[in-house]
Amino acid sequence: MRISNTPGWAALAALLTICGAGEAAAEAFPSTYEPLPSEATLITNATVLTGTGERLDNASLLMQDGKIAWVGDGETPDGVTTIDAGGRWVTPGIIDVHSHLGVYPSPGVQAHSDGNEMSNPVTASVWAEHSIWPQDPGFSRALAGGITSLQILPGSANLIGGRAVTLKNVYSTSYQGMKFPGAPHGMKMACGENPKRVYGSKGRAPGTRMGNVAGYRDEWIAAQKYRDDWDEYEAKVAEGDEDAKPPKRDLKLDTLAGVLDGEILVHMHCYRADEMMTILDMAKEFDYQVTAFHHGVEAYKIADELAEAGVCGALWADWWGFKMEAFDGIQENLALVDRPEGGCAIVHSDSSEGIQRLNQEAAKAMIRGQRAGLDIPPERAITWITSNAAKSLGVLDQTGTLEPGKMADVVLWNGDPFSVYAKADLVFIDGARLYDRADPALQPVSDFELGQLQEVR
Amino acid sequence: MIPSRLRIRAALGCGLLGLGLLGAGITGASAETVLIQGATVHTLGSKGIVEDTDILVADGVVKSLGTGLRVPDGARVIEANGRPVTPGLWAGISAIGTAEVSGVEQSVDSTNALESMHPEFDVSLAYNPHSTLVPVARVEGHTFTTLGTGMGGSIIGGQGRVVALDGGYDSFHGGYVLYINLGRGASSRTGGSRAVQWLLLNQAVEETVRAPARGEEALLTRAGRQTLERYANGGTVVFTVNRASDILQTLQFAEDHDIVPVIYGGAEAWMVAEQLAAAEAPVILNPLQNLPGNFDSLGARLDNAALLHARGVTVAFGAGESHNARKLRQMAGNAASHGLPKEAALAALTINPARIFGVARTFGSLEEGKRADLVLWSGDPLEVTTVADLVIVAGEVDSMESRQTKLRDRYLVVDPELPRAYTQP
Repeated sequence: MRISNTPGWAALAALLTICGAGEAAAEAFPSTYEPLPSEATLITNATVLTGTGERLDNASLLMQDGKIAWVGDGETPDGVTTIDAGGRWVTPGIIDVHSHLGVYPSPGVQAHSDGNEMSNPVTASVWAEHSIWPQDPGFSRALAGGITSLQILPGSANLIGGRAVTLKNVYSTSYQGMKFPGAPHGMKMACGENPKRVYGSKGRAPGTRMGNVAGYRDEWIAAQKYRDDWDEYEAKVAEGDEDAKPPKRDLKLDTLAGVLDGEILVHMHCYRADEMMTILDMAKEFDYQVTAFHHGVEAYKIADELAEAGVCGALWADWWGFKMEAFDGIQENLALVDRPEGGCAIVHSDSSEGIQRLNQEAAKAMIRGQRAGLDIPPERAITWITSNAAKSLGVLDQTGTLEPGKMADVVLWNGDPFSVYAKADLVFIDGARLYDRADPALQPVSDFELGQLQEVR
Repeated sequence: MIPSRLRIRAALGCGLLGLGLLGAGITGASAETVLIQGATVHTLGSKGIVEDTDILVADGVVKSLGTGLRVPDGARVIEANGRPVTPGLWAGISAIGTAEVSGVEQSVDSTNALESMHPEFDVSLAYNPHSTLVPVARVEGHTFTTLGTGMGGSIIGGQGRVVALDGGYDSFHGGYVLYINLGRGASSRTGGSRAVQWLLLNQAVEETVRAPARGEEALLTRAGRQTLERYANGGTVVFTVNRASDILQTLQFAEDHDIVPVIYGGAEAWMVAEQLAAAEAPVILNPLQNLPGNFDSLGARLDNAALLHARGVTVAFGAGESHNARKLRQMAGNAASHGLPKEAALAALTINPARIFGVARTFGSLEEGKRADLVLWSGDPLEVTTVADLVIVAGEVDSMESRQTKLRDRYLVVDPELPRAYTQP
């Protein structure tokens, strides 16, 4: 047994095994999410973007038992609810890989500011989920924009900011009730200006980019030793050594060792091409995988290198210029990252506004690519906010495309989703109809918003 | 003014300019004669929308607008094939040309951080027409903006004015406006209570009527008193204010002091639409604002613009975007998608801001004899998949180049032999 995915659980399980308990090993903060009640639903006469790069016209789709049963044509059981799309468009549920909903909720008052643990440049021990306020009104707005899953990350003040969590976009009184079952944790890291500014201004390291890199490497060295100590201990236990003593558990190193074991996915805030190249070399040095660079305003400069390294670029359509490392932004960034064989482009928001219309952001990036001569049809651009996003969160086997057996996370749009006039008519999460634009009873209202703005005289 | 643009181009040198134009496949000289044929023209003026219409541009102005116009000798002819043409768009209340990189202090001049009140602060003195933001906005069809002042040290931000994004050093138009920031963001500057801001503002206005005696505590300098006095006699003041009750206080303050109020932000403006209409106070708002981001905007909603428009309130769009001023068009599209008539959404980025800032004789609509700032779009001007195919500024066809298009063209090249520093589009 390895220190891994959920190190708390792994370590505890190891101990329990020794003690002969063997069962009921507790995962820390486990998901309690259960799909909401659904009925078998058939959508007919739709333009379907499957998320696998295909477009099907005049197609049908059956959702049954919370899963996609089939897309295109198939057998329809008796008694299903049928929705005639009348040519409207269907896509997989939209996924935002970079959100701070819940950790920087609305209203954005200081009392709610829970996204950056700015007390140490390395806070790999913190988990974003412990900051999530499930009553953030932003979740409901995102749902109206077709968002069915999202990753909540710590902020970017720190070199290593802590664990990120993937949620299903379903209101619950606890974040555990939203937690995407079986999704791996992410780990947030940050390059560049933010960490060096936050800590440099306090007169402590890091104060420079070279200080940033030294800071990461020190931690990876510690993580390697921690992982090796555990490996050694587990080997002894396996050999029947009853005197073997487990290493002292360390929350920070649990997370870092989980990355080295490939069970926690690295999502790294990084703008400049040269810095991303530094990070790719560091990942080779310590033998771990960077899953995605986030923001990557200069990702287009190293699109080939990113594709070769199997690293996604989670990017904006057009934000630029708000700081020095964002000065070289271009509107073709996503399209250029998408261009090479194996390129993985993702549209992310980092914004409670942007998450509501990732389809529009993808549309802007798509048209800029097309105007630059790149062949990007809608069935490809949709992968930027569905399957590529799911891949980077480690949940592509469960969602992100409309393939049989996957979670029925589905959006029925009022028309072409790559339009400013597009609106989600219906949003299904695990087959449950959880948003209906025509039915206020199916438009969730968070506790915070309930009873606000009473009529005045 | 047109001549200023010509002077700059001349100063830059014909060689440089010529290269840029060749790169874009465009030939022609300054203030050329251009005939756009067969456009769907959204005039935003007296003619409304006219289909299959020709536009003749010469001497920097729209010479004529009609069907079957004769092609003048030497005119450059552009076939619109039914594509839409609109007036050049407003780029909002922005820091274009006054802030290059928001996070780099040395490049930012848009805000006066002094804690004492300085209505006399004039941000347009900092305007740099060579900012990379100017062409970045222009190639997306934004041809004029209103220079704003950020949230500074006092609730009086200072003054700004309209500047044409034509690259001129002195391309200013119309008079000045004064910025005052109220509500949540201002309370730390006003003793922690939004009520104090009215105390301070009333005292400041009082000082313009009766200068403080020697030794008496004063809010304003002499120059500040002179400046504020002008606004308290029919001047236009842009109030950043969001909460419905604060908006009503603002309207009262404006009425008391003969100020022409403009509401900026206005998240809850729809709740007091009737009062705004009665006061003829326009609202500049962000139509994407629909979250209770703070306790001043609990009523934010996506159809704010539509509700205000339906009650007869003049609406314009602005969200403090500078680098991404191009997002304003997407905002307008979203407002249209949430109930605002499309032509009203276009007006909110053209004729409405032009009127609000007193430059409607120059900007905001396509009329014969008026400055030729116009955009030929690839499709519906409010659509996110539409781009500006051609921009004409003060009668000149733009190169459609910016630092961003040059970076794009440098990195579009596959496997260049030499480092990309040698690829110079």
